Amino acid sequence: MAGGPLDTEGLVTLLDHHGRRQSDERFDDLASRLAPSDLRDMYRAMVVTRAFDDAAMALQRQGELGLWVQSLGQEGIQAGSGKALRASDYVFPSYREHVVAYQRGLDLPQMLRLFRGLEHGPWDPSEIGFHLYTLVIGAHTLHATGYAMGMDRDGRVGSGTEDDGAVICYLGDGATSQGDFNEALTFAAVTNAPIVFLIQNNQWAISEPTTRQSRIPLVHRADGFGIPSMRVDGNDPIAGYAVTSWALEHARSGNGPVLIEALTYRMGAHTSSDDPTKYRERAQEDYWRERDPIARLESYLTEIGEFPEEFVAEIEAEGKEMAERARTLVRSWPAPPATSMFDHVYAHPHAAVETEREWFERYESSFTDTEAAR
Amino acid sequence: MPTFEIFNLPDAGEGLTEADIVTWRIAPGDVIEVNQPILEIETAKSLVELPSPFAGVVSRLLVPEGETAEVGQPILEVDVDPDGEPAPDAAPAADAAPVADAAPAAAPEAHAAPASAPAEEAPEPVLVGYGVKAGKAHLRPRRADALEPVGGEQDVSSYPVLAKPPVRRLARDLGIDLTTITPTGPGGLVTREDVESHAKATSAQTLATFPGDDQPWLATGTTTNDGRSTRVPVRSVRKRTAEAMVQSAFTAPHVTEFLTVDATETMNLVARLKQDKEFAEVRVTPLLIVAKALLLAVKRHPEVNAAWDDAAQEIVYKHYVNMGIAASTPRGLVVPNIKDAHRLPLKELAVELQNLTLEARNGTLPPKAMSDGTITITNVGALGIDTGTPILNPGEAAILAFGTMRQQPWVHNGEIVPRYVTQLALSFDHRLVDGELGARVLSDVGRVLTDPSQGFVWA
Repeated sequence: MAGGPLDTEGLVTLLDHHGRRQSDERFDDLASRLAPSDLRDMYRAMVVTRAFDDAAMALQRQGELGLWVQSLGQEGIQAGSGKALRASDYVFPSYREHVVAYQRGLDLPQMLRLFRGLEHGPWDPSEIGFHLYTLVIGAHTLHATGYAMGMDRDGRVGSGTEDDGAVICYLGDGATSQGDFNEALTFAAVTNAPIVFLIQNNQWAISEPTTRQSRIPLVHRADGFGIPSMRVDGNDPIAGYAVTSWALEHARSGNGPVLIEALTYRMGAHTSSDDPTKYRERAQEDYWRERDPIARLESYLTEIGEFPEEFVAEIEAEGKEMAERARTLVRSWPAPPATSMFDHVYAHPHAAVETEREWFERYESSFTDTEAAR
Repeated sequence: MPTFEIFNLPDAGEGLTEADIVTWRIAPGDVIEVNQPILEIETAKSLVELPSPFAGVVSRLLVPEGETAEVGQPILEVDVDPDGEPAPDAAPAADAAPVADAAPAAAPEAHAAPASAPAEEAPEPVLVGYGVKAGKAHLRPRRADALEPVGGEQDVSSYPVLAKPPVRRLARDLGIDLTTITPTGPGGLVTREDVESHAKATSAQTLATFPGDDQPWLATGTTTNDGRSTRVPVRSVRKRTAEAMVQSAFTAPHVTEFLTVDATETMNLVARLKQDKEFAEVRVTPLLIVAKALLLAVKRHPEVNAAWDDAAQEIVYKHYVNMGIAASTPRGLVVPNIKDAHRLPLKELAVELQNLTLEARNGTLPPKAMSDGTITITNVGALGIDTGTPILNPGEAAILAFGTMRQQPWVHNGEIVPRYVTQLALSFDHRLVDGELGARVLSDVGRVLTDPSQGFVWA
C-alpha cells in the first residue's frame, strides 16, 4: 500500500481493530494493571480531546486561530502512553499531543492562546510536568535529553520509590530525519539518560511518506545507538499503555533510554495549512478509519460490559462543554500588548532586549492606530 | 430584534491574502448551526470547507460563487436572533449599511468596486515564506510627529538595511555597500535583483555595439542626421572622472614640481629582482620601485599624506597609506588603490600592484578598491610620455607622475654617457602642502630612484 507502513514486524497489539483482546505474554501482566475505570479514563481522554480538536479546527476555519494541528487518529497511543505516566515524570511533547495534555491536567482551551498567536507559553510546564509545545521539528528531542540528564543528576532515578521519574519525548516520523534527533539519541545513550523517545509514526511527514524517509522500520534506528526499542500498534491504547509502562520503568530504574515506534495514522491534515488530498489516496484513509482507536476501545468496553450509558452521556457533555467554552474563550481574549514578546526572552534583565523593547515602544507610539490611540 | 453578524473571509492557511469562493452550501433563509459547513473556498494551497461561526438564519451571501475575496472581506451575513422583536425601522438598515458598502457583489447599486477589491489584477497565490506581492501591504497611519520617519526620506544611517542573509552575502562578495542600494522589495527590503542591477550599473560591462563597430564609446550615443557627429550622454566612469577632476582642479590650488633623475640603478635593481627566485611569480617593473620610493618619502614626510576637510575646516592626516595607481580600464580611467601599502614588504607590494593592474584590465575591480585613497601615482611613462601636470585625486594632497624611462646622454662621474633617465612631477594641494614640503618629498623619491640603496637607510 503506497505510503503505508513498511511492515508490521514485531508489532505489539493487545486490542485488535475489532476490539478483541489479543495475548502477548511479554505485556499481558502490564496490561492487566488497567482496571475498567482506567480503560474508561483513556476513553474519556480520547473522546473529549477529539471534541475539542474538532472545535479548534472549526475555529481556525472561522479565522479565530492562526493555525491548528489536529490529533485526529493518533489518540490511541497518546492516551495509552499518557496513562502510563506518573506525576514524577516529565513530558516533552511536539505539538500534537493534545490527549496527553488533557491527561496531565491542562485545561485544553487555554492551549489555544498559543494557536491564536497570543503567547508562547499558555501553561506552566513545571506545574503539570508537560513542557511547552515545540513547533520546530525535532528540536525538543535535545531539550528532552538534557532534561533527562538533569533528572539523573538530581538523583530522581533508580531509587526504587514512587519519586523516580523519567522523561517521555514525543516526536513524529518526520523528526527522525532531523540531525537533532540523532544527536539526542547519541547523548541519551552515552549518558544513560532516563528518557523514552516515543515516535508516533503517523505515516506522513507533511506530504513525505515514511517509506521515503527510511529504508528500515524506524524502530530499528535505535539499534545503532545501542538503545532498546519496541514497536507498538499506535491505535491500540492498551498496548500503548503496556509498552510505554515497560519503557518508563526501564528508564526510571536507571537502565537508560528506550525508543518506541507507535504505528498510527494522521487522519487529518498535517496542519490547518495543509491539504492531504493533494498527496495521498482516499483508500488509505479508509483503511485506517476502520482501525480508529476510539471505536476499538469502545467495542472492547462494550464487550466486557463496562460501558454504561451514563458514562457515555457524561463524557459527551464534557466534550460539548469544552468545545463551547473554547469558542467563547477564544473570542473573549484581548490581544496582549505587543511588547509582551520581550518579557520572557531571558530569565533576567538583559540590556540588548531592553534596547530593542524601548525602540519598539517608540516605534509603536509613532502610529495613530494603536490600542491607546483608539 | 434581529441581530446581524458578519462573517469575514478568514485566512485558512498561513499568510494567505485571498481565496476564491467555490461553492455556497447555504442560501438566504436557511437555518444554520454553529460549525455547519457553509461554503467551500479555494486558496493558493488547497480547497477548504468553512464551518459557520454562528447559529441563525442566513440573511445574505455577500460574495457570489466564482469570485475572489480578500481575507477580512465580509462574505456572509447571518441573523443570529431571528425570533427577536422586530426592530425599529431604521436599525437593521443602519446595521447593514456598512456591509453594503464593503460588499459590491451583493449590492447591485454598488457595482463600482471599492479600491480594495481585486478588480483588474489576476489573482496571484501568496504562500508562506514568499511574502505578499508588491503593493499589497497596507501601511499603518503614522503620527505627524513620529520620532522615526519611515519611507521616502528616511535617514539610512539610523536604519538597518533590510536584506536577507544570502543577499547580504552577495553584496559583500561584490564589494557593494548595502546602504548605497535603492531597495525595491516590500517594506524597503533590498532584493537580490537590486544588488545585481546595482552591480551591473556600477561595474565594468561590455558595451553593446553594432557588428563591426570598434568604437564602443559611441555605443550609447545618438548620431546626428548628417552622420558627422555623435552625442553621447556623459555617464558612469566618464561622468565621475569629469566631476572628480572639476572638483579637484577648482577647489585645490595645484602646484606641480619637476625633477629629472638618473634611474640607471633602479633599472639595474629591476633587472636583478627579475632574476630573484622570490619574485619569480610576479612582474617587477620600475613602477614598483617608484611606489616603494614614494612610500619611503611619505614615511619621512607624513604631512604630505593628508586631506583637506573644507567643511570641518580641518586637515586630516592619515596614518596609513592607501596608494592609488591611476589605471586605464576598458571603461575609462580609474584610480584603485593598494590598501595599507605602507605595511607591505616589497614582494607583497609587487603582488598587490600586479593584482590591481590585472583587475583593472579585466574590469573586475570592486568599487571599494576605488575609495579612501591617500596618495597617488600616475604612470604616464607607460605611454612613452616624459611627464605631465597631474590633477589631484579628490581627497588627497599629492600625486606623483612618473615619466617614461629611456636612455639619454647624462653626465656621470664627469663623463657624458648613456644613462636611463626619467622625469618625475609632483602635484600637490597648496592649501596644506607648501612648496618646500613638496620639494622634499619629490627629492626623496628621486634620491631613491638614483640610488636604491638609500632605501636601506630610510626603511
